[in-house]
Amino acid sequence: MNPNIVEIDNLSFGYKGRMLHQGINMVFPRGKVVAIMGGSGSGKTTLLRLIGGQIKPSKGEVRVDGQVVHKQSREGVYKLRRKMGMLFQHGALFTDLSVFENVAFPMREHTDLPESMIRDLVLMKLNAVGLRGAYKMMPTELSGGMARRVAVARAIALDPSIIMYDEPFAGLDPISMGVVCDLIRTLNDALGATSIIVTHDVEETFRFADYIYFVADGVVAAEGTPEDLRNSDLPFVHQFVFGEKDGPVAFHYAADDYGRTMLGTDT
Amino acid sequence: MIKSAILIALVRGLRSIGHQSIKGVWRFGAGMRLFWLTLISSGESFRRFHLTIREIYFTGVMSLIIILVSAFFVGMVLGLQGYHTLQRYGSSEAIGVLVALALVRELGPVVTALLFAGRAGTAITAEIGLMKATEQLSAMEMMAVSPISRVIAPRFWAGVIAMPILAILFSMVGILGGYLLAVPVIGVDAGAFWSQMQANVDWRHDILNGVIKSFVFGVACTMIALFEGYDAPPTAEGVSRATTRTVVTSSLAVLGLDFILTSFMLNV
Amino acid sequence: MERTTIDLWVGIFVALGVAALLGLAMKVGNLTTNNIGETYTVTANFENIGGLKPRAPVKSAGVVVGRVADITFDSATYEAVVSLTLDKRYPFPKDTFANIYTAGLLGEQYIGLEAGGDEVNLASGDKILQTQDAVVLEKMISQFLYSKASESSDDKSDATESTKSNDDTLGASPLDNIGKPATTE
Repeated sequence: MNPNIVEIDNLSFGYKGRMLHQGINMVFPRGKVVAIMGGSGSGKTTLLRLIGGQIKPSKGEVRVDGQVVHKQSREGVYKLRRKMGMLFQHGALFTDLSVFENVAFPMREHTDLPESMIRDLVLMKLNAVGLRGAYKMMPTELSGGMARRVAVARAIALDPSIIMYDEPFAGLDPISMGVVCDLIRTLNDALGATSIIVTHDVEETFRFADYIYFVADGVVAAEGTPEDLRNSDLPFVHQFVFGEKDGPVAFHYAADDYGRTMLGTDT
Repeated sequence: MIKSAILIALVRGLRSIGHQSIKGVWRFGAGMRLFWLTLISSGESFRRFHLTIREIYFTGVMSLIIILVSAFFVGMVLGLQGYHTLQRYGSSEAIGVLVALALVRELGPVVTALLFAGRAGTAITAEIGLMKATEQLSAMEMMAVSPISRVIAPRFWAGVIAMPILAILFSMVGILGGYLLAVPVIGVDAGAFWSQMQANVDWRHDILNGVIKSFVFGVACTMIALFEGYDAPPTAEGVSRATTRTVVTSSLAVLGLDFILTSFMLNV
Repeated sequence: MERTTIDLWVGIFVALGVAALLGLAMKVGNLTTNNIGETYTVTANFENIGGLKPRAPVKSAGVVVGRVADITFDSATYEAVVSLTLDKRYPFPKDTFANIYTAGLLGEQYIGLEAGGDEVNLASGDKILQTQDAVVLEKMISQFLYSKASESSDDKSDATESTKSNDDTLGASPLDNIGKPATTE
C-alpha cells in the first residue's frame, strides 16, 4: 500500500493571468497530521479544493489513494470524496437543520442505516466533540467554537480516512482554540485518519502537527517537522514563525515610488 | 473639443449597451444550463419526496395567507369596478362572468405569480444565496452530495407544484370576494350571478388554460429565484442584490410570458 | 418543524387546491353542463355565419343543448360547414331547422334549433338540411336604405326596370325576410 494517502505532484493552478500555484509538490503520509501554512491569499484553501476535486488544476495532478482526482468522472470524484471529511472555515453548518440532523446528514445521504442506528452514531460523534448535550439546538444558537466542533462531528460522520480543516482556529477564543487543537489530534489518532490542516496560526500548529509545509509565492517555501522549522534559518520561515513585520514578505504591496505618486508626477 | 466629447459619450453608451446585452445573454444561458441540470438531477426530489414536501410547505403553505387575502380584495375590487361599468348597459348580472373570467384567465395566474415572486421567490434566492455565502453548498459538494439534486431540484418542483394550486385558490377566493360584494352588498341576483358565470366560463378554454399559465409561471419564477440565488456573489451585498433581481426579473418574465401564452391560447 | 406537521399542512394545502379546482369546474365553469354527458355531432351548412365562433352555445327553446365544435369552409360550395356537438339526452328530428341568432342587438351569436316533425331523429354525422344564415347588420342596413331609396323613386314615378326587379328579389323591406328560413342545398 502506498504510504502516502494524498500526493500533490508539480501542481499549478491559477485564474486568467495570475498563477496562484506554480509547481507545488507535497505528500501526506497516512496517519499523520500535516499542516499547510502561509500568509493570507497564498492559495492554501484552494489546495484543499483541489484535493477535493472542486476545481481542476491547470498543470500537474493531485492523487488521492493513488487515483488522479481531476481525471475522475463525476461519480469517481464523489466516490473519492466519501473518503474525505472537510471542516470549512466557519463550520458551514446547514442552518435549516438542527445539530443532530447536521451530523446525521452525510449518513442519511450515503447509507441506508435504520433510524435507531443513525441516532446512536450521531450521538457518538457528538460525544466525541463533547456536544452530545446540544443535539437539539439549531446552528444559530451555537457559539463559534461549538459550531466548529459540530462541524468536526459532521466531517467525521462517515469515518473518513482524510480529514481536511480549513482555518480551524480562525476567530476562536484561546480556550476553544485549545479544545479544537486537542480534538484534531485525538480524532486523527483514534480514527487512524490523515489530517490536513490549512492555517496561519503558528503557535497552535507547531504544538501538534507532525509535518508542516510553508507555501509562499505559489511554491513550497519550506517544509519539515515543527522542530526543524523553528530552528530554520530561512528568512521567510523566520519572519513567519516569529511574526516579524518586515522581512522577505514586505509590508508594502508592490507600488510605484511613494514620493512620485503623492506629487502626481507619475501619470 | 465638443465633437470629440460627444463621440466619447456615444462610444461609452454603445459600449454599455453591448456590455449589458452580453451579460443578459450570458445570464440567460447560464440560467438555462441550471434549468437543464435541475431537470436531469430531479430523480431524488421524487424518490425522496419528503424533501419536496418540505419545500412545498415553505413556498406554498407559507404564501397562502398573502395569496388568499389579496385574492379576496382583488375579487371585491373587480366586482365593484365591474358593477359600475356594467350597470350603465343594464347588464349588472354579467358581473359574475366578468369577475370569473378576469380571475380565471388572467389575474389568478398573473397576480399569484407576482406575489409568489415577492414572497416565495425572494425567500428562495436569499436562502440559496446565503447557503452559498456560508459555504453550505460547498460543504455539501465536499460530502459527495450534489447541491443541485439535494437543494435546487426539490425547491424547483415544490414551486412548480405550489404555483398552480395557489393560482386556483386565488381564483376561487377572488370569485367568492366578487360574490360577497355583488350579491349581499350591491344586490345582484345570486342565481343570475352563478348561472351567467357557468354559461360563459369554459372548463377547458378558460379554467384549464389558466392552470397551464400558472404552471408555466411556476417554472419561470422558481427557476429565476433559484438561479439568482445560485449565481449570487457570496457576500451580503451580492445576496441582497440578487433578491431584488429575482423580483424584477420574475415580474418581467411573468408579464412577457403571459402575453405570449395568451396570444397562443386565444388563437387556438 | 416536525416532519409530520409539515406533511399535514402540505396535505391540507393540496386538498384545498384540488377542492378549489373542482369548485371552479363545477360551480364556475361549464363542466357539469357540457362535458359530462355523451354527445353526438351533426353538421350544418350556412351561406354566411356572421360572427359565429367555435364554442358558441346551441340552444333550443332557450335551453343550451350543445356547442359549436368547429367551423370550416367548404371550397366546393363556398359555404361554411359548422359542426355542432349536441347532448345525447336531447334527440332532434331529421328536419330540424338551424338558425343563427344574436343574443340581444350586439351580443354574441348562437345557434337556435327548431324541431321539425320527422319521425326519424338526427344521428351522429348527419347533416341539418334546413338552415338560416346569420343576419349581417351592415347588409341589412344597406338593403333597407336601398329599398327606401327605390320606394321614394317609385313615388316620383320614374322607376326603372332594374330597380323594380331588385325590389322583387329583395321584397318590399328586407326586414321581412329575416323570419323566413332560407333553404340551402
